[in-house]
Amino acid sequence: MENIEYIIIESGKAVQPFNYSVGMYGSKFFHELKNNRKFVGVRCPKCKKVYVPPRKVCGDCFVEMKEFVEVGPKGTIGTFTILRFAFIDPETGTQKPIPYGYGFIKLDGADTLFQHYIDVHDESKVKIGARVEPVFSDEKKGNIKDILYFRVID
Amino acid sequence: MEAAIIGVGMTTIEKSKVGETYADLAWEAVNKALNDAGLGIDDIDNVITTSSDFWDGRTISCMAVGDASGVRYKNCSAVEGDGTFGAAYALARSLSGDYKTTLVTAHSKGSESISSIITNAAFDPIYERGLGLDMISACAMQARAYMHATGTTPEQLALVSCKNHKNAKDNPYAQLPMDITVKDVLSSEMIADPLHKLDCSPVSDGCCAIIIANADFVKKIKAKPVWIKGVAFCSDAYFMGDRDLSKAKALEEAAKKAYSMAGITNPQNEINVAEIYDAFTYQELMWIEGLGLAEYGKAGLMLEKGIFNRDGKLPVNPSGGLLSGHPVIAAGLYRIAEVVLQLRGEAGGRQVNAKRGVAHGVNGLCGQSHCVWVLDKEK
Repeated sequence: MENIEYIIIESGKAVQPFNYSVGMYGSKFFHELKNNRKFVGVRCPKCKKVYVPPRKVCGDCFVEMKEFVEVGPKGTIGTFTILRFAFIDPETGTQKPIPYGYGFIKLDGADTLFQHYIDVHDESKVKIGARVEPVFSDEKKGNIKDILYFRVID
Repeated sequence: MEAAIIGVGMTTIEKSKVGETYADLAWEAVNKALNDAGLGIDDIDNVITTSSDFWDGRTISCMAVGDASGVRYKNCSAVEGDGTFGAAYALARSLSGDYKTTLVTAHSKGSESISSIITNAAFDPIYERGLGLDMISACAMQARAYMHATGTTPEQLALVSCKNHKNAKDNPYAQLPMDITVKDVLSSEMIADPLHKLDCSPVSDGCCAIIIANADFVKKIKAKPVWIKGVAFCSDAYFMGDRDLSKAKALEEAAKKAYSMAGITNPQNEINVAEIYDAFTYQELMWIEGLGLAEYGKAGLMLEKGIFNRDGKLPVNPSGGLLSGHPVIAAGLYRIAEVVLQLRGEAGGRQVNAKRGVAHGVNGLCGQSHCVWVLDKEK
């Protein structure tokens, strides 16, 4: 084959913005989170499992869920990771400061795990089974960033 | 089952195939598969392409590789997901009796994008995506859940990496053949605790193609068929918080169904080789257990005993697996192609003694859905 310098075409800075529908269940979750700093889940009428975030259908039972229940705000770490490599934050396009923690948290009264940041300033306390509580943002936003992170309760 | 794989073709897996377009990759893999089967493109009566629009950076990505896959004026359809699922669609077509030869391709080029942004886009945009979760951070949490539940150690995870990178030294298609030690793995950069850099598969480019034919067609050709004995796939909940991340329930179900079709009652004794979707070290162990090739929580111990080594009783990823090259989407089809070469006795330096093998593919985050293929030398 010919020895040739390969050309790359860059995609450029254009983006494709979306307007994602949150729906009734998610809107209720975010309104409660924003206005009352409370977590809302939904209970399956058949298996009684409480799902957070709330959604219409129980995947296990294939039935519609309508009974909203308050869960949390405290919970227990189900599993977690501590990020030590600076990935690019998809929202800002910049690298996040490391280290930072992600966790799956079982909010009190819920049967599913809810994911968010976990404060890792004292890594020795971040363990599976550790009790945590949310720290809310000063600003009321109506999205997942109303929670800044969860922190381990001493 | 009245269908066989009669040809396979793989490109080398590389960090960046900057000199080739997707179509160029498909052209190479397709022609290798056709040559392998001793067929021409006119012998192929339908085509399934497998790709992902996000990874390809274009919508309807399946269409861009059509010409190079010989689809012109043919029946062509597409699957978005892992190649094993594309192949399952092809198999269904073969078994319908309406098609004699189905060509399946799967491609991706991880080198063209920022993989953490692509995998972040797989998460729910309402609750998860804004937090920056990506494949590695999510899998790190699954790794921790699995290790916590089973007592599997970081050293056992590291041993998977040592085994697979070593196996890759005899695989001319592999991207990362290496001699490394457990210490090398554990002292490599901690990416997302507990996953070190060498616990993670690389970003890769590659394309694989296979040809599936019905039994009537197989009788008419000279190619050495590998028979499809059982295929099943199964899916779990979308939200990872809904699942028990320490277990692979969907894989257990898929494996049970595939073994049942193949008449296998004791997979540990009846499977001779396995090519498994080891995107991360812990996944090889978790999926080995999900496939019933080890008891839950025992794969790490069996690995230490050498059972999964190339000269062990049940070689796993003798090719080097995804840890030695991970072209997303194509990766599962590579697993099938590798098992086919093993069963034909044409795997070169990585050859093991095998009559029956299992190939495994994953679609979705942290193993949301699994596809299991049981292949046999004999009909």
